[in-house]
Amino acid sequence: MEAARARKKTTGSSGLQKQRRQEGRTAWLFSAPALLLLTVFLVAPFLMAFAFAFTNQRLIPNPNLPTEFIGLRNFLRLLMDTTFYRALSNNFIFAAVVVPIQTAFALALAMLVNRKVRYVNLFRTIYFSPVVTTMVVVSIVWFFLFNPGEGFINQALKFLTFGRARPLDWLRSPRLAFPAIMFFSVWQGVGFQMIIFLAGLQDIPAELYEAAQVDGAGSWRRFASVTLPQLRNTTIFVVVATTILAFKLFTQVWVLTRGGPQNATMTTIVMLYRQGFQELRVGYASSIAVLFFLIVLVISLMQRLFLREGRDT
Amino acid sequence: MKKAGTYLLLVLLAFFFLFPVVFMLVSSLKNEEMQIIRDMSGLLGFIPYGDLGFQNYRDVFRQMNFGRFMFNSVFITCSTVVGGLLVNSMIAYALARLRFRGRRLILAVIVALIIIPNESVVIPLLLMVNRMGWIDSYHVQIVPYIADAFSIFLFYQFFINLPRELDEAAIVDGASRARIYWKLIIPLSRPVFASVAILQSIFRWGEFLWPLMVTRGEAYRPLPVAIQQFFSQDPKVWGDIFAFASMITIPLLVLFLLFQKWFVRSVAASGIKG
Repeated sequence: MEAARARKKTTGSSGLQKQRRQEGRTAWLFSAPALLLLTVFLVAPFLMAFAFAFTNQRLIPNPNLPTEFIGLRNFLRLLMDTTFYRALSNNFIFAAVVVPIQTAFALALAMLVNRKVRYVNLFRTIYFSPVVTTMVVVSIVWFFLFNPGEGFINQALKFLTFGRARPLDWLRSPRLAFPAIMFFSVWQGVGFQMIIFLAGLQDIPAELYEAAQVDGAGSWRRFASVTLPQLRNTTIFVVVATTILAFKLFTQVWVLTRGGPQNATMTTIVMLYRQGFQELRVGYASSIAVLFFLIVLVISLMQRLFLREGRDT
Repeated sequence: MKKAGTYLLLVLLAFFFLFPVVFMLVSSLKNEEMQIIRDMSGLLGFIPYGDLGFQNYRDVFRQMNFGRFMFNSVFITCSTVVGGLLVNSMIAYALARLRFRGRRLILAVIVALIIIPNESVVIPLLLMVNRMGWIDSYHVQIVPYIADAFSIFLFYQFFINLPRELDEAAIVDGASRARIYWKLIIPLSRPVFASVAILQSIFRWGEFLWPLMVTRGEAYRPLPVAIQQFFSQDPKVWGDIFAFASMITIPLLVLFLLFQKWFVRSVAASGIKG
């Protein structure tokens, strides 16, 4: 070490090299805490999930049931698990219904609060406020609003249909529980996407609209030929982020229905929690985690694919 | 005419987004449980009238260790957010403004890590912290959530756009890298620090799945888990539930109203990936 340093000194560029080396050392010092934490609490458990998925690992070791490699048995069992099918298809249904509605709603809201009218800031604040309301609280308040019989939603529907709508038992009905959860999930989350769209709208150069106006484009054509194409990347981001959230669905369901009635609101993460935490089946839950991750990965990769395409044109 | 239509729409939507929270706040002030139930089917639920007061709030404090839950949530959220600001901005500073071998590789890995959702690692993580004897503690809820790839990415994007001459001038003056980071970069980067702090506070305050798995007793239980347990008990006393729910909502709502502009900006910043 000393000799090497001495030799470098004689070459003349020692000052610069020493500075470089010190810069490198500082950089690693600055990076070390985050790298250590990410390795231990993200990368390691992530790799463990892949390893556990092929074993019968349990949360609390059972002396009669030693942990062993069981190949693809967890995945084969998942394939035959009707609850898992229900969970996965529920996530897809949630995404298929909520993502288009929430995206379109968010865009409409963003365009509305992008208008130059007075108090518009107040309305932005109001539309965004559900986002800062904790999901557990949101779920509990909506549980009360969805009360069977005399609940506010039932009464509001009765009022809006001039007394024709019969009161429904929203959260205890296998047919209605999931739509009810979808409804207030959109209510809670749409403000977030609205702000992202708003930022996108404000980045669109005003000249584009002026040029379209000169060409005699009406408001609908301006929307179709300027706004939508200019918001392309923003929209892709919003769609992908909302889709991933749809697959993470847990809190609302756990607070209100725990996956019931009759698995009507079962989701992938509810199942993961039940298997891994309540049934202590770490191996089986890990195989769910692996499939869940692969789905999220495919969705994310699709975003990158579309984005790249967008940049080329 | 068109303007009137715009306002009508704005106001109707405002009602749509406000009514559940108003309903919660108003009901929490109604001392009589029967009145809350009676009022729930109509507009009376939104009108503070009758026997109003803080009886429900007092009940919440009397029936359970609410102060403890509140302290737990505040302590866990603050520690995670403050620790995260430091740790994540430090690595982002190194990646954005220092030259060292392995820089590109680390950056690529961090960007890739953004994709991994917490939900896909919680089960092995649970096994890990269980073996480490961390169950039922503060650190089990803080330490795993300090480093965050997405926060690092947000910091990195901000730091890389600061003018290069800043560091160079400071180095000529003989300042160390640590000093530059502390005295120069941090003060110049308030917007991104605010953004990350706000986004992380929203997420950490509402964290549910992880504390549900790693807290057993009441000692380290945060608010979302506490209210869920309270809510699951029958018979439900709605006045108390709404008072509890209001006390979880109000702190973040007040912060939001105070730093409204920053909230909006930080959410917009989280969408710049596209």
